Amino acid sequence: MIRKTVAGVVEATEGVKDNMTFMLGGFGLCGIPENSIAELVKKNIKGLTCISNNAGVDDFGLGLLLQQKQIKKMVSSYVGENDEFERQMLSGELEVELIPQGTLAERCKAAQGGFPAFYTPAGYGTEVAEGKETREFNGKMYILEKAFEADFAFVKAWKGDEAGNLVFKGTARNFNPCMCGAAKITIAEVEELVPAGSLDPDQVHVPGIFVQKIFQGKNYEKRIEQLTVRKR
Amino acid sequence: MLDKNGIAKRIAKELEDGYFVNLGIGIPTLVANYIPKGIEVEFQSENGVLGMGPFPFEGEEDADVINAGKQTITTMPGASFFDSATSFNMIRGQHVDLTILGAMEVAENGDIANWKIPGKMVKGMGGAMDLVASAENIIVAMMHTNRAGESKLLRKCSLPLTGVNCVKKVVTNMAVLEVTDNGFKLLERAPGVSVEEVQKATEGKLIIEGNVPEMILD
Repeated sequence: MIRKTVAGVVEATEGVKDNMTFMLGGFGLCGIPENSIAELVKKNIKGLTCISNNAGVDDFGLGLLLQQKQIKKMVSSYVGENDEFERQMLSGELEVELIPQGTLAERCKAAQGGFPAFYTPAGYGTEVAEGKETREFNGKMYILEKAFEADFAFVKAWKGDEAGNLVFKGTARNFNPCMCGAAKITIAEVEELVPAGSLDPDQVHVPGIFVQKIFQGKNYEKRIEQLTVRKR
Repeated sequence: MLDKNGIAKRIAKELEDGYFVNLGIGIPTLVANYIPKGIEVEFQSENGVLGMGPFPFEGEEDADVINAGKQTITTMPGASFFDSATSFNMIRGQHVDLTILGAMEVAENGDIANWKIPGKMVKGMGGAMDLVASAENIIVAMMHTNRAGESKLLRKCSLPLTGVNCVKKVVTNMAVLEVTDNGFKLLERAPGVSVEEVQKATEGKLIIEGNVPEMILD
Protein backbone atom coordinates (compact mmCIF):
# COMPACT_ATOMS: atom_id res chain seq x y z
CA MET A 1 0.00 0.00 0.00
CA ILE A 2 1.14 3.52 -0.79
CA ARG A 3 0.50 5.71 2.22
CA LYS A 4 -1.04 9.15 1.61
CA THR A 5 -1.56 10.28 5.19
CA VAL A 6 -0.04 13.50 6.51
CA ALA A 7 -0.16 14.83 10.06
CA GLY A 8 -2.54 17.69 9.40
CA VAL A 9 -3.55 20.65 7.33
CA VAL A 10 -0.19 22.46 7.68
CA GLU A 11 1.74 19.60 6.13
CA ALA A 12 -1.02 18.97 3.59
CA THR A 13 -0.91 22.51 2.23
CA GLU A 14 2.88 22.73 1.88
CA GLY A 15 3.75 24.26 -1.46
CA VAL A 16 0.72 26.51 -1.93
CA LYS A 17 1.83 29.89 -3.25
CA ASP A 18 0.59 33.24 -4.48
CA ASN A 19 -1.05 33.27 -7.94
CA MET A 20 -1.85 29.57 -8.01
CA THR A 21 -5.06 28.01 -9.34
CA PHE A 22 -7.09 25.93 -6.89
CA MET A 23 -10.10 23.67 -7.25
CA LEU A 24 -12.34 23.51 -4.17
CA GLY A 25 -15.11 20.97 -3.72
CA GLY A 26 -18.53 21.66 -2.25
CA PHE A 27 -21.99 22.85 -3.23
CA GLY A 28 -22.93 25.95 -1.30
CA LEU A 29 -21.48 25.20 2.13
CA CYS A 30 -22.20 21.48 1.80
CA GLY A 31 -19.07 19.32 1.52
CA ILE A 32 -16.55 22.16 1.47
CA PRO A 33 -12.94 21.57 2.61
CA GLU A 34 -13.30 23.67 5.78
CA ASN A 35 -9.87 22.89 7.23
CA SER A 36 -7.97 23.63 4.03
CA ILE A 37 -9.85 26.89 3.49
CA ALA A 38 -9.05 27.98 7.06
CA GLU A 39 -5.37 27.26 6.46
CA LEU A 40 -5.34 29.20 3.18
CA VAL A 41 -6.87 32.14 5.07
CA LYS A 42 -4.12 31.83 7.71
CA LYS A 43 -1.36 31.67 5.10
CA ASN A 44 -2.88 34.77 3.46
CA ILE A 45 -1.54 33.88 0.02
CA LYS A 46 -2.85 36.22 -2.68
CA GLY A 47 -3.72 36.41 -6.35
CA LEU A 48 -5.55 33.09 -6.33
CA THR A 49 -7.77 31.69 -9.04
CA CYS A 50 -10.44 29.53 -7.43
CA ILE A 51 -12.54 27.00 -9.33
CA SER A 52 -15.55 26.22 -7.17
CA ASN A 53 -19.27 25.93 -7.87
CA ASN A 54 -20.06 28.72 -5.39
CA ALA A 55 -18.17 31.43 -3.53
CA GLY A 56 -19.33 30.68 0.00
CA VAL A 57 -21.23 33.16 2.15
CA ASP A 58 -19.88 36.40 3.61
CA ASP A 59 -18.44 34.85 6.76
CA PHE A 60 -17.79 31.22 5.78
CA GLY A 61 -16.34 29.05 3.07
CA LEU A 62 -14.62 30.91 0.24
CA GLY A 63 -16.18 34.11 1.59
CA LEU A 64 -13.32 34.08 4.14
CA LEU A 65 -10.73 34.25 1.34
CA LEU A 66 -12.72 36.97 -0.40
CA GLN A 67 -12.80 39.08 2.77
CA GLN A 68 -9.00 39.15 2.82
CA LYS A 69 -8.95 39.88 -0.92
CA GLN A 70 -6.90 36.75 -1.58
CA ILE A 71 -8.85 35.79 -4.68
CA LYS A 72 -8.04 37.38 -8.03
CA LYS A 73 -10.44 35.31 -10.08
CA MET A 74 -13.41 33.04 -9.38
CA VAL A 75 -14.63 30.36 -11.78
CA SER A 76 -18.12 29.37 -10.61
CA SER A 77 -21.65 28.61 -11.74
CA TYR A 78 -23.64 30.39 -9.04
CA VAL A 79 -22.54 33.14 -6.67
CA GLY A 80 -25.80 34.51 -5.32
CA GLU A 81 -25.24 34.21 -1.59
CA ASN A 82 -22.37 36.58 -0.95
CA ASP A 83 -22.62 40.39 -0.66
CA GLU A 84 -18.85 40.95 -0.50
CA PHE A 85 -18.46 38.87 -3.64
CA GLU A 86 -21.02 40.99 -5.45
CA ARG A 87 -19.35 44.20 -4.28
CA GLN A 88 -15.89 43.08 -5.45
CA MET A 89 -17.28 41.86 -8.76
CA LEU A 90 -19.28 45.00 -9.56
CA SER A 91 -16.34 47.25 -8.56
CA GLY A 92 -14.03 45.28 -10.85
CA GLU A 93 -11.67 44.15 -8.04
CA LEU A 94 -12.56 40.53 -8.68
CA GLU A 95 -12.51 38.78 -12.02
CA VAL A 96 -15.39 36.32 -12.42
CA GLU A 97 -15.98 33.61 -15.00
CA LEU A 98 -19.47 32.17 -14.74
CA ILE A 99 -19.97 28.84 -16.46
CA PRO A 100 -22.79 26.28 -16.58
CA GLN A 101 -22.72 23.90 -13.64
CA GLY A 102 -22.54 20.73 -15.73
CA THR A 103 -19.73 22.25 -17.76
CA LEU A 104 -17.85 23.07 -14.54
CA ALA A 105 -18.17 19.46 -13.39
CA GLU A 106 -17.16 18.06 -16.76
CA ARG A 107 -14.14 20.38 -17.14
CA CYS A 108 -12.92 18.86 -13.86
CA LYS A 109 -13.66 15.33 -15.05
CA ALA A 110 -11.88 16.01 -18.36
CA ALA A 111 -8.76 17.12 -16.47
CA GLN A 112 -9.02 14.04 -14.25
CA GLY A 113 -9.41 11.67 -17.19
CA GLY A 114 -6.98 13.14 -19.69
CA PHE A 115 -9.42 14.67 -22.16
CA PRO A 116 -8.18 18.06 -23.44
CA ALA A 117 -11.70 19.21 -24.32
CA PHE A 118 -15.25 18.07 -25.00
CA TYR A 119 -18.44 19.25 -26.71
CA THR A 120 -21.50 20.22 -24.70
CA PRO A 121 -24.81 21.79 -25.74
CA ALA A 122 -24.93 23.89 -22.53
CA GLY A 123 -24.67 27.59 -23.31
CA TYR A 124 -25.00 27.33 -27.07
CA GLY A 125 -26.46 30.58 -28.44
CA THR A 126 -25.65 32.46 -25.21
CA GLU A 127 -22.74 34.66 -24.13
CA VAL A 128 -21.08 31.56 -22.65
CA ALA A 129 -20.42 30.40 -26.23
CA GLU A 130 -18.72 33.65 -27.31
CA GLY A 131 -15.28 33.01 -28.77
CA LYS A 132 -15.66 29.24 -28.51
CA GLU A 133 -15.59 26.71 -31.31
CA THR A 134 -19.03 25.31 -32.18
CA ARG A 135 -19.94 22.20 -34.10
CA GLU A 136 -23.03 20.33 -35.19
CA PHE A 137 -23.57 16.69 -34.33
CA ASN A 138 -26.75 14.95 -35.53
CA GLY A 139 -28.52 18.22 -36.16
CA LYS A 140 -27.79 19.75 -32.74
CA MET A 141 -25.26 22.47 -31.94
CA TYR A 142 -22.51 22.07 -29.34
CA ILE A 143 -19.68 24.21 -27.99
CA LEU A 144 -16.12 23.09 -27.30
CA GLU A 145 -15.11 23.39 -23.65
CA LYS A 146 -11.60 22.78 -22.34
CA ALA A 147 -10.32 20.78 -19.39
CA PHE A 148 -9.29 22.86 -16.38
CA GLU A 149 -5.65 23.25 -15.39
CA ALA A 150 -5.08 23.65 -11.68
CA ASP A 151 -2.23 23.43 -9.17
CA PHE A 152 -4.13 22.04 -6.18
CA ALA A 153 -7.52 20.45 -5.65
CA PHE A 154 -8.93 20.65 -2.11
CA VAL A 155 -11.67 18.15 -1.41
CA LYS A 156 -13.57 16.96 1.62
CA ALA A 157 -14.91 13.44 2.20
CA TRP A 158 -16.80 11.75 5.02
CA LYS A 159 -14.38 8.87 5.46
CA GLY A 160 -11.01 8.10 4.00
CA ASP A 161 -8.25 5.59 4.59
CA GLU A 162 -4.45 5.70 4.70
CA ALA A 163 -4.32 4.82 0.99
CA GLY A 164 -6.33 7.92 0.11
CA ASN A 165 -9.52 6.03 -0.75
CA LEU A 166 -12.57 8.21 -0.16
CA VAL A 167 -16.22 7.71 0.79
CA PHE A 168 -18.71 10.56 0.74
CA LYS A 169 -21.99 11.12 2.54
CA GLY A 170 -25.22 12.45 1.05
CA THR A 171 -25.09 15.47 -1.21
CA ALA A 172 -21.74 16.49 0.35
CA ARG A 173 -20.28 14.41 -2.50
CA ASN A 174 -21.13 16.93 -5.28
CA PHE A 175 -17.98 18.27 -7.03
CA ASN A 176 -15.48 16.58 -4.71
CA PRO A 177 -15.03 13.31 -6.66
CA CYS A 178 -14.80 15.23 -9.97
CA MET A 179 -11.91 17.33 -8.67
CA CYS A 180 -9.83 14.44 -7.32
CA GLY A 181 -6.89 13.94 -9.65
CA ALA A 182 -7.96 16.93 -11.75
CA ALA A 183 -5.19 19.18 -10.39
CA LYS A 184 -1.44 18.55 -10.09
CA ILE A 185 -1.89 17.74 -6.40
CA THR A 186 -5.11 16.66 -4.65
CA ILE A 187 -5.49 17.21 -0.91
CA ALA A 188 -8.32 15.35 0.79
CA GLU A 189 -9.55 16.16 4.28
CA VAL A 190 -11.90 13.70 5.97
CA GLU A 191 -14.18 13.62 8.97
CA GLU A 192 -12.90 10.18 9.83
CA LEU A 193 -9.52 8.79 8.80
CA VAL A 194 -9.47 4.99 9.10
CA PRO A 195 -6.72 2.37 8.74
CA ALA A 196 -6.23 0.74 5.36
CA GLY A 197 -8.41 -2.34 5.17
CA SER A 198 -11.35 -0.84 7.07
CA LEU A 199 -13.15 0.44 3.99
CA ASP A 200 -14.90 -2.13 1.83
CA PRO A 201 -13.17 -1.81 -1.59
CA ASP A 202 -16.58 -2.25 -3.23
CA GLN A 203 -17.86 0.86 -1.46
CA VAL A 204 -15.00 3.24 -2.24
CA HIS A 205 -16.24 6.30 -4.20
CA VAL A 206 -12.83 7.68 -5.18
CA PRO A 207 -9.78 5.38 -5.46
CA GLY A 208 -6.69 6.63 -3.63
CA ILE A 209 -4.65 6.98 -6.82
CA PHE A 210 -6.41 10.31 -7.42
CA VAL A 211 -5.36 11.67 -3.99
CA GLN A 212 -1.81 12.74 -3.05
CA LYS A 213 -2.34 13.69 0.59
CA ILE A 214 -5.05 12.86 3.09
CA PHE A 215 -5.52 14.13 6.64
CA GLN A 216 -7.94 13.89 9.55
CA GLY A 217 -9.93 17.14 9.61
CA LYS A 218 -10.97 18.91 12.81
CA ASN A 219 -13.83 20.96 14.22
CA TYR A 220 -16.23 20.70 11.29
CA GLU A 221 -18.96 23.33 11.48
CA LYS A 222 -20.99 21.98 8.55
CA ARG A 223 -23.14 25.07 8.41
CA ILE A 224 -26.63 24.82 6.90
CA GLU A 225 -27.34 27.63 4.46
CA GLN A 226 -31.13 27.25 4.21
CA LEU A 227 -32.52 25.37 7.17
CA THR A 228 -35.93 24.21 5.93
CA VAL A 229 -38.10 21.95 8.08
CA ARG A 230 -41.73 20.90 8.39
CA LYS A 231 -43.82 20.69 11.53
CA ARG A 232 -44.56 17.28 13.00
CA MET B 1 -55.62 34.97 -11.49
CA LEU B 2 -53.47 32.31 -9.85
CA ASP B 3 -50.99 32.72 -7.02
CA LYS B 4 -47.66 30.87 -6.94
CA ASN B 5 -49.24 27.77 -5.46
CA GLY B 6 -51.91 27.84 -8.15
CA ILE B 7 -49.24 27.88 -10.87
CA ALA B 8 -47.51 24.94 -9.17
CA LYS B 9 -50.81 23.08 -8.90
CA ARG B 10 -51.53 23.51 -12.60
CA ILE B 11 -48.01 22.41 -13.60
CA ALA B 12 -48.33 19.32 -11.41
CA LYS B 13 -51.06 18.14 -13.80
CA GLU B 14 -48.35 17.83 -16.47
CA LEU B 15 -46.58 15.12 -14.44
CA GLU B 16 -46.90 11.58 -15.73
CA ASP B 17 -46.37 8.26 -14.05
CA GLY B 18 -42.71 7.19 -14.17
CA TYR B 19 -41.30 10.68 -14.84
CA PHE B 20 -37.93 11.79 -13.51
CA VAL B 21 -38.30 15.52 -12.89
CA ASN B 22 -35.88 18.35 -12.14
CA LEU B 23 -37.44 21.26 -10.27
CA GLY B 24 -35.82 24.70 -10.30
CA ILE B 25 -35.73 27.13 -7.41
CA GLY B 26 -38.87 29.16 -6.55
CA ILE B 27 -42.33 28.29 -7.88
CA PRO B 28 -41.12 24.98 -9.42
CA THR B 29 -40.16 23.67 -5.96
CA LEU B 30 -43.84 23.98 -4.95
CA VAL B 31 -44.87 21.50 -7.67
CA ALA B 32 -43.72 18.65 -5.40
CA ASN B 33 -46.64 19.48 -3.07
CA TYR B 34 -49.27 18.70 -5.72
CA ILE B 35 -48.32 15.35 -7.29
CA PRO B 36 -51.55 13.88 -8.70
CA LYS B 37 -52.85 10.82 -6.86
CA GLY B 38 -52.02 7.43 -8.30
CA ILE B 39 -48.79 8.37 -10.09
CA GLU B 40 -45.15 7.89 -9.12
CA VAL B 41 -42.52 10.48 -10.01
CA GLU B 42 -38.94 10.94 -8.79
CA PHE B 43 -37.39 14.33 -8.23
CA GLN B 44 -33.78 14.95 -9.24
CA SER B 45 -31.76 17.78 -7.75
CA GLU B 46 -28.64 18.65 -9.70
CA ASN B 47 -26.39 18.89 -6.66
CA GLY B 48 -26.52 15.10 -6.58
CA VAL B 49 -29.71 13.39 -5.41
CA LEU B 50 -32.43 11.40 -7.13
CA GLY B 51 -35.53 10.50 -5.15
CA MET B 52 -35.82 13.70 -3.14
CA GLY B 53 -38.44 13.68 -0.38
CA PRO B 54 -40.11 16.41 1.69
CA PHE B 55 -38.33 18.80 4.06
CA PRO B 56 -37.18 17.08 7.26
CA PHE B 57 -39.03 17.32 10.56
CA GLU B 58 -37.58 19.89 12.93
CA GLY B 59 -34.45 18.49 14.56
CA GLU B 60 -33.95 15.78 11.94
CA GLU B 61 -32.14 17.97 9.41
CA ASP B 62 -28.77 16.80 8.10
CA ALA B 63 -26.24 19.38 6.83
CA ASP B 64 -25.03 16.77 4.32
CA VAL B 65 -28.43 16.31 2.68
CA ILE B 66 -29.61 19.38 0.76
CA ASN B 67 -31.21 20.29 -2.57
CA ALA B 68 -29.87 22.64 -5.26
CA GLY B 69 -31.51 25.55 -3.43
CA LYS B 70 -29.31 24.65 -0.42
CA GLN B 71 -32.42 23.71 1.59
CA THR B 72 -32.33 20.73 3.93
CA ILE B 73 -34.28 17.79 2.48
CA THR B 74 -35.03 14.11 3.04
CA THR B 75 -34.87 11.18 0.64
CA MET B 76 -37.49 8.65 -0.43
CA PRO B 77 -37.05 4.86 -0.47
CA GLY B 78 -35.04 4.04 -3.61
CA ALA B 79 -33.14 7.34 -3.55
CA SER B 80 -29.51 7.68 -4.58
CA PHE B 81 -26.67 10.19 -4.20
CA PHE B 82 -24.03 10.87 -6.86
CA ASP B 83 -21.39 13.39 -7.90
CA SER B 84 -22.03 16.52 -9.98
CA ALA B 85 -20.69 15.06 -13.24
CA THR B 86 -23.00 12.04 -12.94
CA SER B 87 -25.86 14.40 -12.13
CA PHE B 88 -25.35 16.37 -15.31
CA ASN B 89 -24.93 13.18 -17.32
CA MET B 90 -28.51 12.41 -16.26
CA ILE B 91 -29.52 15.85 -17.50
CA ARG B 92 -27.38 16.16 -20.65
CA GLY B 93 -28.01 12.54 -21.56
CA GLN B 94 -31.78 13.20 -21.46
CA HIS B 95 -32.48 10.65 -18.75
CA VAL B 96 -34.49 13.29 -16.89
CA ASP B 97 -37.95 13.51 -18.48
CA LEU B 98 -39.10 16.96 -17.46
CA THR B 99 -37.48 20.20 -16.35
CA ILE B 100 -39.55 22.86 -14.62
CA LEU B 101 -37.86 26.20 -14.05
CA GLY B 102 -38.51 29.87 -13.51
CA ALA B 103 -37.68 32.67 -15.95
CA MET B 104 -37.34 36.43 -16.21
CA GLU B 105 -38.27 36.36 -19.91
CA VAL B 106 -39.47 33.84 -22.49
CA ALA B 107 -39.58 34.62 -26.22
CA GLU B 108 -42.17 33.40 -28.72
CA ASN B 109 -39.54 31.11 -30.32
CA GLY B 110 -38.81 29.36 -27.00
CA ASP B 111 -35.71 31.35 -25.99
CA ILE B 112 -35.35 31.82 -22.24
CA ALA B 113 -33.49 34.36 -20.09
CA ASN B 114 -33.18 33.78 -16.35
CA TRP B 115 -29.63 34.25 -15.14
CA LYS B 116 -28.41 37.80 -15.45
CA ILE B 117 -29.52 41.43 -15.49
CA PRO B 118 -26.45 43.32 -16.78
CA GLY B 119 -25.11 45.81 -14.23
CA LYS B 120 -27.75 44.85 -11.67
CA MET B 121 -27.95 41.19 -10.82
CA VAL B 122 -25.34 38.59 -11.63
CA LYS B 123 -25.87 35.44 -9.65
CA GLY B 124 -24.90 32.97 -12.33
CA MET B 125 -26.66 30.33 -14.34
CA GLY B 126 -26.10 27.40 -11.97
CA GLY B 127 -27.37 24.33 -13.78
CA ALA B 128 -29.99 26.17 -15.85
CA MET B 129 -27.98 26.31 -19.10
CA ASP B 130 -27.25 22.57 -18.99
CA LEU B 131 -30.91 21.85 -18.22
CA VAL B 132 -32.43 23.96 -20.98
CA ALA B 133 -29.86 22.88 -23.59
CA SER B 134 -30.62 19.21 -23.03
CA ALA B 135 -34.10 18.55 -21.66
CA GLU B 136 -36.68 17.38 -24.17
CA ASN B 137 -39.55 18.80 -22.18
CA ILE B 138 -39.16 22.18 -20.51
CA ILE B 139 -41.97 23.97 -18.71
CA VAL B 140 -41.48 27.50 -17.43
CA ALA B 141 -43.29 28.58 -14.28
CA MET B 142 -43.48 32.35 -13.85
CA MET B 143 -45.69 35.39 -13.38
CA HIS B 144 -47.05 36.71 -16.67
CA THR B 145 -45.72 40.23 -16.05
CA ASN B 146 -42.82 41.70 -14.05
CA ARG B 147 -43.11 44.04 -11.06
CA ALA B 148 -43.36 47.03 -13.38
CA GLY B 149 -46.35 45.37 -15.07
CA GLU B 150 -44.45 44.63 -18.29
CA SER B 151 -44.96 41.39 -20.18
CA LYS B 152 -42.44 38.59 -19.61
CA LEU B 153 -43.67 36.77 -22.75
CA LEU B 154 -41.85 38.61 -25.50
CA ARG B 155 -41.15 38.66 -29.22
CA LYS B 156 -37.46 38.56 -28.38
CA CYS B 157 -35.70 38.36 -25.01
CA SER B 158 -33.97 41.59 -23.95
CA LEU B 159 -31.81 39.97 -21.25
CA PRO B 160 -28.81 37.67 -21.82
CA LEU B 161 -30.09 34.26 -22.90
CA THR B 162 -29.92 31.04 -20.90
CA GLY B 163 -30.91 28.88 -23.87
CA VAL B 164 -32.35 29.09 -27.37
CA ASN B 165 -35.50 27.51 -28.84
CA CYS B 166 -35.98 25.27 -25.85
CA VAL B 167 -39.11 26.17 -23.83
CA LYS B 168 -42.10 23.99 -24.72
CA LYS B 169 -44.76 25.32 -22.39
CA VAL B 170 -45.27 28.30 -20.08
CA VAL B 171 -47.61 28.31 -17.10
CA THR B 172 -48.23 31.74 -15.58
CA ASN B 173 -50.67 33.28 -13.12
CA MET B 174 -52.86 34.11 -16.15
CA ALA B 175 -52.56 31.29 -18.66
CA VAL B 176 -51.11 28.07 -20.02
CA LEU B 177 -49.29 28.64 -23.30
CA GLU B 178 -47.59 26.30 -25.71
CA VAL B 179 -44.54 27.50 -27.64
CA THR B 180 -45.18 26.71 -31.32
CA ASP B 181 -43.33 27.53 -34.55
CA ASN B 182 -45.66 30.50 -34.95
CA GLY B 183 -45.69 31.90 -31.42
CA PHE B 184 -47.39 31.38 -28.04
CA LYS B 185 -50.53 29.31 -28.45
CA LEU B 186 -53.04 30.07 -25.70
CA LEU B 187 -54.22 26.72 -24.31
CA GLU B 188 -55.99 27.71 -21.09
CA ARG B 189 -56.95 30.80 -19.13
CA ALA B 190 -56.61 31.10 -15.34
CA PRO B 191 -59.93 31.26 -13.46
CA GLY B 192 -61.49 34.69 -13.92
CA VAL B 193 -59.01 35.85 -16.58
CA SER B 194 -60.31 36.75 -20.05
CA VAL B 195 -58.61 36.12 -23.40
CA GLU B 196 -58.39 39.90 -23.83
CA GLU B 197 -56.52 40.27 -20.53
CA VAL B 198 -54.02 37.58 -21.56
CA GLN B 199 -53.60 39.28 -24.94
CA LYS B 200 -52.95 42.64 -23.23
CA ALA B 201 -50.31 41.12 -20.94
CA THR B 202 -48.51 39.26 -23.75
CA GLU B 203 -46.02 41.19 -25.91
CA GLY B 204 -45.01 38.17 -28.02
CA LYS B 205 -47.24 36.77 -30.73
CA LEU B 206 -50.30 35.13 -29.18
CA ILE B 207 -52.26 32.54 -31.12
CA ILE B 208 -55.90 32.22 -30.13
CA GLU B 209 -57.87 29.39 -31.67
CA GLY B 210 -61.56 28.94 -30.96
CA ASN B 211 -62.92 28.98 -27.46
CA VAL B 212 -60.06 28.96 -24.91
CA PRO B 213 -61.10 26.93 -21.85
CA GLU B 214 -60.56 27.93 -18.23
CA MET B 215 -58.00 25.85 -16.28
CA ILE B 216 -59.27 22.98 -14.20
CA LEU B 217 -57.13 22.81 -11.08
CA ASP B 218 -58.64 19.99 -9.02
